[in-house]
Amino acid sequence: MILNPAKRELLAAELLEAEGLSPEGRSLTKDAMRRLCRNKAAVVSIVVLVLLILVAFLGPYFIPHNYEDPDWAAFRAPPSWEDGHYFGTDPNGRDLLARVLYGTRVSLAVAFVATLVSVVIGVLYGAISGYFGGRLDSIMMRFVDIMYALPYILFVILLMVIFGRNVYLLFAAIGALEWLTMARIVRGQTLSLKHREFVEAARASGQKPLKIITKHIIPNLVGPVVIFAALTVPEIIATESFLSYLGFGVQEPLTSLGTLIAEGTDAMESMPWLLAFPAVFLVSLLLSLLFIGDGLRDAFDPKDR
Amino acid sequence: MLDQNTPGQTLLKVENLTTQFEIEAKSFFRKPTMLTAVNDVSFELKEGRTLGIVGESGCGKSTLGRSILQLIRAQKGRVVWQGKNLLDLTPEQIRLARRDMQIIFQDPIASLDPRMTVGDIIAEPLTVFEPKLSRAQRLERVQEIMAAVGLVPEMINRYPHEFSGGQAQRIGIARAVITRPKLIVCDEPVSALDVSIQGQVITLLRKLRKEFGLTLIFISHDLSVVRLISDDVLVLYLGRIVEAGDCATVFSAPAHPYTQALFSAAPIPDPKLARQRSRIRLQGDPPSPMNPPPGCPFQPRCWKSTDICRTQMPPTELVRQGQSAACYHMDRPPEA
Repeated sequence: MILNPAKRELLAAELLEAEGLSPEGRSLTKDAMRRLCRNKAAVVSIVVLVLLILVAFLGPYFIPHNYEDPDWAAFRAPPSWEDGHYFGTDPNGRDLLARVLYGTRVSLAVAFVATLVSVVIGVLYGAISGYFGGRLDSIMMRFVDIMYALPYILFVILLMVIFGRNVYLLFAAIGALEWLTMARIVRGQTLSLKHREFVEAARASGQKPLKIITKHIIPNLVGPVVIFAALTVPEIIATESFLSYLGFGVQEPLTSLGTLIAEGTDAMESMPWLLAFPAVFLVSLLLSLLFIGDGLRDAFDPKDR
Repeated sequence: MLDQNTPGQTLLKVENLTTQFEIEAKSFFRKPTMLTAVNDVSFELKEGRTLGIVGESGCGKSTLGRSILQLIRAQKGRVVWQGKNLLDLTPEQIRLARRDMQIIFQDPIASLDPRMTVGDIIAEPLTVFEPKLSRAQRLERVQEIMAAVGLVPEMINRYPHEFSGGQAQRIGIARAVITRPKLIVCDEPVSALDVSIQGQVITLLRKLRKEFGLTLIFISHDLSVVRLISDDVLVLYLGRIVEAGDCATVFSAPAHPYTQALFSAAPIPDPKLARQRSRIRLQGDPPSPMNPPPGCPFQPRCWKSTDICRTQMPPTELVRQGQSAACYHMDRPPEA
């Protein structure tokens, strides 16, 4: 089936036309994105998440109040349109809308920082452990087991002592604890990937082991990693809320959704708005992230839906 | 073990190659259970020849191919390649030697990375062995090789799942020949394809063999395919060579009972002829390579076996010029 060039070109053009395709290929990632776009819950969640992010990062420029300065004319004010405190104020006279927006921003930033750190460490660790196997794998995985066995909160308190002043460093460090599950998932996937023929083909092509990991193993892990990362983000937000609730997280006058909810629960009966607004933000944030994670899972492995 | 008199330079020499797998890992309490997949295999391959390796499923054909390429490390023996024993080399030295020895896989789609474009897949050996090439030079080489294997260069940005099996196998072949290797192990390259496509791929391999001066090791269970492409043939049973020789001789007058049985099981595409011939029907399955029978490995299924077969492994003997077999009761030519 060796054709002369002119004939070959003609055939190619016909082929492409017949299939209604451009010469650009459809990559698996593009396919997954198309499936994601057909998932209504995921699309709605993406819209909600984008709105939340926009509001959290741009909103503060459009409201009259600042998140840390008290309004001496309005302490414990319920939500009202007249004085510009649309969500009311807290016992210190600070505008709740400004604080909720600021808190959302902190929660999101903290979650993305921690997730990024955990993904980077987890993927590299798991892929190396799984690909090289043998004794290295045993040592690396026993280390993960030991880390699992140690109480999480103990580490957090230790980290607090070290990074106490800087929230982002603290959460980067929490990300550095969160990678354990990611490393296990990635290792498991790598174990099955490394016996696939295309990895053997890469070995036969003389590719170096580390290059095989970065060029063949990791790209083929995109599915499970993206899914797990999308599910880690809400987990970290919840962890942050929990730590802030305990008083370990973000310190005053900075705030996060968790801190706001903690304060809100104390005044739940007299000032319900202090609990309601941050809770609505947190819940919509968590739900949209969870639905996106679910949608990504369905999009990346359409087989096991 | 193959004919020593064939003219040409010896490219590859395999001596007493034995590959074993650990089935149950060694522990404090027991020795590991070993499976011997390739057992004491020796042969010599001359430059430009094509060696067919045949045998039924599980006889160690693929393991032999992979052991030669050091994709699986063998336990014993020597693989002499360009004056060096590959079993003595470090992983890095083997990696560098891969420029001259490539492989084509059985499952064409599975052997292509689903997340890479065809262009990147074919270019991979080039990026490893000729990293100094500019992007444009590499693209040119890839397009040239795509044309040579009968792929439209316009498909360079497509992904593997968009191709049919035959096209995917052409991609695998393009990847294998782009660095101009000397030896290619073809591990059942056509058994996953339709018969009509098989013919095309075989024709392509023959064309490339001539164009690039390739030496091929062609592994297959399909005798008619092997006959079509090979100069020499090895018959493997339970990891051992039972018969070897040049293709025409072995196919016209098989000497080992197993080879005779194997050939008589191959379908003949002519119902009249097929009805006339007598088939040798073997009893039972091949024995487990974890627990091989004593003596000749074929002895439990062989209709000619006698006491000596059950105690001693028959030596490999020359049957006639260009053919040797390992059997006490082989069919010898009348004058011998």
